[in-house]
Amino acid sequence: MAGTDTPPPAAGPRTFRDAEHLFRVAALFLAVVVLFFVAQRLFVPKGFGTLGHYRPGALADNRDRPSAFGGRAACEQCHADAVEAKRKGKHAGPACEACHGPLAAHAADPSIKPGRPDARTLCLKCHAALVGRPAKFPQVKPAEHVPEGASCLDCHVAHDPAMGGSK
Amino acid sequence: MTATDRREFLSHTGKFLLLTGTAAAALEHVLAGSAEAAPGYAETAHWWGMIIDVEKCIGCGNCVRACKEENDVPREPYYFRTWVERYHVESGDLAHPQVDSPNGGYDGFPERYAALAAAGKTFFVPKLCNHCVDSPCEQVCPVGATFRSPDGVVMVDRKYCLGCRYCVQACPYGCRFIDPRTHVVDKCDLCYHRITKGLTTACCEACPTGARTLVDLKDPKDPVHEFLRTRTIQVLKPQMATNPKVFYAGLDGSVR
Repeated sequence: MAGTDTPPPAAGPRTFRDAEHLFRVAALFLAVVVLFFVAQRLFVPKGFGTLGHYRPGALADNRDRPSAFGGRAACEQCHADAVEAKRKGKHAGPACEACHGPLAAHAADPSIKPGRPDARTLCLKCHAALVGRPAKFPQVKPAEHVPEGASCLDCHVAHDPAMGGSK
Repeated sequence: MTATDRREFLSHTGKFLLLTGTAAAALEHVLAGSAEAAPGYAETAHWWGMIIDVEKCIGCGNCVRACKEENDVPREPYYFRTWVERYHVESGDLAHPQVDSPNGGYDGFPERYAALAAAGKTFFVPKLCNHCVDSPCEQVCPVGATFRSPDGVVMVDRKYCLGCRYCVQACPYGCRFIDPRTHVVDKCDLCYHRITKGLTTACCEACPTGARTLVDLKDPKDPVHEFLRTRTIQVLKPQMATNPKVFYAGLDGSVR
């Protein structure tokens, strides 16, 4: 061993004569291992890998976003008259916000009054004749069907649009 | 023959140790598997997907507008979580459909095929992330910022995404974009903030004809089971073996 006065036994096995090198290398390895775990602790987000190869907190991040659409159930809690008007008509299918637009803010605070959609623009989004729309879907040629300046609501009731509807 | 010199020995052993550490860490992650507790919502009780009835789509663009509104998607064209394509196929020429999607269908579709209506067929195909079970985007993400949640939604960890764009290239369906404001990737997450609260997605809420419906494949009472059993079902690009969970009924063979 280095630093000792006695010379190494000449006749003995010489396996550990340069053991100092091994210790140095071992210390270096140890340092690398410690460095790895320190870096892992620093850079890997909390809980990473517990559910899969991702940060489980991301699920909560994606859950906790605000909604613009309140959902049909929220509308129907208050607007029983509209539910009743729609129920048997051809517009029973579309949810309220399909036409009225996103109204989660109104559902949360009814004092926020939503504007009324412009009927002509809105109706024609779906009901203007367009090649590609299913043949059974009711479509009109605006130029022929609606006089210029007239509103669809002059003849139709939005919640039950068939002519001679319930209301 | 020369013995291994000191430099080479250190290099080899260093690499060996480093890789052993990495492998050990990975194994630790693989072995752990219990779901994180989420109040009021059991992630393992759901398996979300969507069914789309192509023959009901009227190309009104309500879903596109609703999605942008709900998810704060940039209003400029080319940023979409969902969009609608119009296909026009000259009779029998399945290999060469004409496809257009002006502003993703956000403003509806201008009449284009009126003169050609008799010569072929025209129809609308709503598209969105297919929430693949074997999603290529998830596999290429170098940091684990794109992943499939325990309830089957492929989503993005926006805080962790590097914006490297690997996933944008990997998605065979073109469902991802880089948000120009945050410079990280964004995509449809089936309105995860809504479906975990018992609401349907914004696009399904806004669809006037019921062409698209959010489904829970783990719910035995969900209408999806009858839909899959009784209708002719196709997924997009089945040859990619991505195992999508967006099922189309009435999908034409020309749709890519």
